[in-house]
Amino acid sequence: MIKQAQLVLLVALACLAPLASAGTLVVNANTTDPAPRAAWEDVVARFQGDNPDIQVQFNIYDSESYKKSIRNWLTGSPPDVVFWYAGHRMRQFVTPGLLEDLSDLYVTGVKESIHPSALDLVSVAGRQYGIPYTYYQIGLYFRRDLLATAGIAEPPQDWKELLAACGKLKAKGIEPFAIGTRDLWPAAAWFDYIDLRLNGLAFHMDLMRGAIPYTDRRVVRVFEHWRDPVNMGCFSRNHASSSWQESQALVYTGKAAMMLMGNFIVANFPPEMRDRMEFIPFPSMSADLGRFEDAPVNTLHIPARARNKEDARRFLSYVLRADVQEALNKATLQIPVNLRSGVAPDRFIIQGRELLARADGLAQYFDRDTSEDLANIAMKGFQEFMLYPDRLDAILANIERARLRIYGAPPAPSPAK
Amino acid sequence: MRTRRGLSTVVLLAPACLLFSLFVVYPLVRGIALSFYEWNGVDAKTWVGLDNYRELFADPVFATALANNFRWLCCYVAAPLLGFGLALLVNQRLPGMQLARSLFFMPFVLSQVVVGLVFSWFFHSRFGLLNEILGGLGLATVAPLDSERWSIYTMIVAGLWPQTAYCMILYLTGLATLPRELTDAARVDGARRWSLLRYVVVPQLRPVHFIVFMVCAVAALRSFDYVMIMTLGGPYDSSTVLGYYMYEQTFLSQRYGYGAAIATVLLALMSCIVFALLWHLFYRERR
Repeated sequence: MIKQAQLVLLVALACLAPLASAGTLVVNANTTDPAPRAAWEDVVARFQGDNPDIQVQFNIYDSESYKKSIRNWLTGSPPDVVFWYAGHRMRQFVTPGLLEDLSDLYVTGVKESIHPSALDLVSVAGRQYGIPYTYYQIGLYFRRDLLATAGIAEPPQDWKELLAACGKLKAKGIEPFAIGTRDLWPAAAWFDYIDLRLNGLAFHMDLMRGAIPYTDRRVVRVFEHWRDPVNMGCFSRNHASSSWQESQALVYTGKAAMMLMGNFIVANFPPEMRDRMEFIPFPSMSADLGRFEDAPVNTLHIPARARNKEDARRFLSYVLRADVQEALNKATLQIPVNLRSGVAPDRFIIQGRELLARADGLAQYFDRDTSEDLANIAMKGFQEFMLYPDRLDAILANIERARLRIYGAPPAPSPAK
Repeated sequence: MRTRRGLSTVVLLAPACLLFSLFVVYPLVRGIALSFYEWNGVDAKTWVGLDNYRELFADPVFATALANNFRWLCCYVAAPLLGFGLALLVNQRLPGMQLARSLFFMPFVLSQVVVGLVFSWFFHSRFGLLNEILGGLGLATVAPLDSERWSIYTMIVAGLWPQTAYCMILYLTGLATLPRELTDAARVDGARRWSLLRYVVVPQLRPVHFIVFMVCAVAALRSFDYVMIMTLGGPYDSSTVLGYYMYEQTFLSQRYGYGAAIATVLLALMSCIVFALLWHLFYRERR
């Protein structure tokens, strides 16, 4: 009896399968957090309302396992749309031809509405391979009341003022910077920003794509600046065993004053802290350089082997629209990449949008801009440097060994532009 | 008769052999084969011969991981000793021993992930219970998980807790199977506490010792859960072990060939230890 029922079910499923694939759009997403998940489910529902002929199958995966699975999907039998990241993370799939060229979606009018730096980040050799839909700013989140306690009336604008503020905070027994480097990446923000502020975006991106040795004088200079706050003891004690979530508690409990973090931290502010927290961009370190920012961009792509590319294109065009990006980012409290979208009435979002719109260029984040392999080794080096700054030479030699293995010998120096 | 027996042997063994080949032998061979390639999971695989192994044996992180596995192995010898002591203790016929037995056994029932979390909170330098206690007593606080020297031992301590419970259970079952006549006879012959333990109980438990040591050796070599939960191999690479380094190289650094090479070395190492123990057992049995 049971066997018979199973057979019937099997036959029924077999009949359904071809039906399901016609007009079905398979979207694989990594948006497991409650807010983005709800926001995306809403976008999908409204897209479906506008396009009743398309059945969207929206699959959500945990973001860690997603990272491992996406390689299998792209090289095997892929969904029609994948969620992913801009910059190197995207380029590594473009080079072997795994992502669809989407330049045709950026028609006149649409192309101009997208933040030019974000557009650059989904472009390879002038062609676009993805749809950016959100980004956020990274900078110093701090407690104004704690700064005031230490006699700092105005938040620091440049590196010197920042170090001076650190001295005053320490004198009051307040840790200047909360940081938890257990997951390594929080330390990389410091490297990114000091490098962007001292050497500029072009140098930073050359370094990220493995064209410059880590033993280069300009890289060493980054660490020489970073060493000052390390030696002054400005960073949390015992940061190596704390996650960023654990370390933020030091700010809310008044033990630490500032934290270099992404805007997603705002969602974690306890209600009584919301009015005391403020944001400033990372201070400038060189007057004659433009202002560059880290702003991780999240993207959608169509795998080159996708079956339903036609409907996938309709979905991606929909996500490019100003009203869709506005609704999506209002719900997730992030910043739309479409410059015509409105933003949530939140002071951090408004500040962030202005900061990124005025930026002279955007980087992603250390571990999104360079190969995973190199990022992994280098970020451990950053953590070790923050604990033992005297080991700098050995740390840089180790990262450089990895760079040579991954990117090969340095190419012949290009003639000066 | 003979051929029919042979036939039924084949038929009875076939499913196990098939499953074993499919799910153990085949992946094993594929894994070893992969260690001769360079592959990032996307591009075509490149044959590199023994390059992965050459790099591995010059890799300081591999040396650290190997040394940490060795430390883990040495420290895990404590589990059988403690477990045996506990087993002797809770084997006494005293009121309340049933409860004590269940309590000592409890950590083994907990998932290793839970044990790892509990210990990482206990030892946490800023919010941990240990430092709350030390601070309350006016003593200096400690940060073992932040130390390149001590973080590995912190995890071993966490691992020893359930491992001891496991050894205790193995010894308890061993003690239960000891023939009473033997101990009674020894008592008649004048053996008392220490000599009874030393010359009667311990030698009688030889098969249990063997199982317990093997289980501990394998557990020490496969240690991964505690590293994943408690330190992620950190600070930097100081507390990594072969199992975690393999995972990290394969899935975080996307070096599938290199990860496979680490796995192959780990496999060889584990086989050596298990074969050495097995050989020892058979040798002793024959003698």
